[in-house]
Amino acid sequence: MERKTVKQELHQEMRKVYGSTLVELAKKDANIVVLDADLMVANGTGVFYEEFPNRAFEIGAAEANMMGIAAGLSTLGKIPFASTFACFASRRVFDQFFLSCNYARLNVKLTGTDPGITAASNGGTHMAFEDLALMRVIPDITIVEPSDNVSLAALLPQIAYREGCAYIRIDRRSTQVLYAGDESVTLGKIHVVKEGDDLTIIACGIVLVPEAIRAAELLQREGISAAVLDMHTIKPVDIETILQYAAKTGMIVTCENHQIIGGLGSAVAEVLSEKLPTPLKRIGVDGEFGQVGSVEYLKNAYGMNAESICAACKEALKRIR
Amino acid sequence: MQEKDIMALTEKAREIRIATIDAIGRSGGGHIGGSMSIVEVLVILYYRYLRIDPKDPRRRDRDRMVLSKGHAGPTLYAILSDVGFFPKDWLHTLNEGGTRLPSHCDMNKTPGIDMSTGSLGQGLSAAVGMALGLRTDGIDSVVYSIIGDGECHEGQIWEAAMAAAHFKLHNLVAFVDYNKMALDGYIDEVMNVEDLTSKWVAFGWYTQRVDGHDFNQLEGAIDKALKEPLRPSMIVMDTVKGKGCFFAEGKITSHKMPFSYRDAEEAIAQLSRKGGK
Ligand SMILES: Cc1ncc(C[n+]2csc(CCOP(=O)(O)OP(=O)(O)O)c2C)c(N)n1
Repeated sequence: MERKTVKQELHQEMRKVYGSTLVELAKKDANIVVLDADLMVANGTGVFYEEFPNRAFEIGAAEANMMGIAAGLSTLGKIPFASTFACFASRRVFDQFFLSCNYARLNVKLTGTDPGITAASNGGTHMAFEDLALMRVIPDITIVEPSDNVSLAALLPQIAYREGCAYIRIDRRSTQVLYAGDESVTLGKIHVVKEGDDLTIIACGIVLVPEAIRAAELLQREGISAAVLDMHTIKPVDIETILQYAAKTGMIVTCENHQIIGGLGSAVAEVLSEKLPTPLKRIGVDGEFGQVGSVEYLKNAYGMNAESICAACKEALKRIR
Repeated sequence: MQEKDIMALTEKAREIRIATIDAIGRSGGGHIGGSMSIVEVLVILYYRYLRIDPKDPRRRDRDRMVLSKGHAGPTLYAILSDVGFFPKDWLHTLNEGGTRLPSHCDMNKTPGIDMSTGSLGQGLSAAVGMALGLRTDGIDSVVYSIIGDGECHEGQIWEAAMAAAHFKLHNLVAFVDYNKMALDGYIDEVMNVEDLTSKWVAFGWYTQRVDGHDFNQLEGAIDKALKEPLRPSMIVMDTVKGKGCFFAEGKITSHKMPFSYRDAEEAIAQLSRKGGK
């Protein structure tokens, strides 16, 4: 893949891009408001408090309360962006988010940071491998997991103006830029990173999209041509593109920083099994809890690296050849 | 308490601070602020009060400690290793891949840890459950729990508070580490918890307020709490976040700080110079 030179401001931590994009949105729209649960510093929303002190609400470590307050603000036409760690955004406030926000048909955007292995030194208690599964069962919700700063900055405004609740799954510290100069990242539309003929790797997020790209390079050396798709929108699912690549390559491998139950792999499996049965291999966490360690250590521990993906792809191809 | 007992505890607190800073420093930094502010209370509990058996960490009639502010695990690990639950060199593996000492307390990884914590607000409820279960079984053990002042933002804390008083759990002794700081800033700016003492009184707890770095005051309050026949006890401790670690003490940035091993060495050297011997 060609990597173009990148504008400097893109090379910052993802949380900075998150905070500054919300500020830009808020300058154009007085309804954008921000809420935090004693993780403002951690999640990069501090700039919003400086720019718009009257539209930013620190609730303290009271996530359930934060979701209820966000719902109340939304009844007045506000567009609240509430942020906390992914583990708390999902497990801790599921009922409040489900009922006060989604069931009530309000317009609350919930951001969960440090998903899966990016929780790293915070360890198993903080390592959400199940948030996508929880969120995916909520009717009409939008769910995204951008893989770089460009897609985050592109998706946030689209999410803000898609009526209804959303779950945004992002890392905090990654400075990753994969799609510099590419304005085409579209909510609900799979981003084709690389074409290929023998199989298709579908990945999401900052950890696994680059590993999938690297896996495709490793496979190329062995004469295997893998397409790589970035499925940044987990819901609604881009059925058309999945079917197109299933038909074209006849084999799909999914990669996610999440349990293989209920997340990206399941979403793809649901599409394929009903519409175009196609051999599928899901890569991700297989029935384990999280644990403490560096991101590199955890990538190896859970098989979330290019080498594991490459090996799984070859194994899967053996099955059908 | 006699002067020599105070000196022994003070010396122990110094050692525990050093071991904790060393462990966090080796891992590149961590929750130093909230680990330093609870050194004295953990030292007095483990070296004077807790009925525990390091050779049998799950003894049924042991006293329990639920560190509800689970991010302060490193201080507890330093003590648990010192009293013999596991070898001291485990401390050097804090937060490493495969370690048995993760940043937040894990009852299935670390001998001597009684409850897995890390999601604020949940530990105190578990402590209520332990106290209830012990009473049901006629076991006279005491359940101790430490919560953070920021942790008091969680609604679940007040659900547990109501339940403990309702069930008249006099075998539950809890502490608030009132270091006046949360993660995003000062407690009263993030979300005011005042009047904290009155809140616990209103919830039906036998409530005392002490200097959380003063062993005499801690002893007095714990002794009274253990004699209280009908109510759960809350000891609100005025503390200083980062206490005793020069680059963290009183600093609003001390919650989760990256720092180099060199900083750790300097902090340890300062603490060592303060030692009697
Ligand atoms: C449910 C939940 N929300 C948020 C966090 C992140 N977090 C960890 S510690 C902390 C601040 C807690 O403040 P306090 O209880 O005062 O801790 P201390 O100052 O004693 O370290 C926050 C927000 C968490 N661990 N759990």
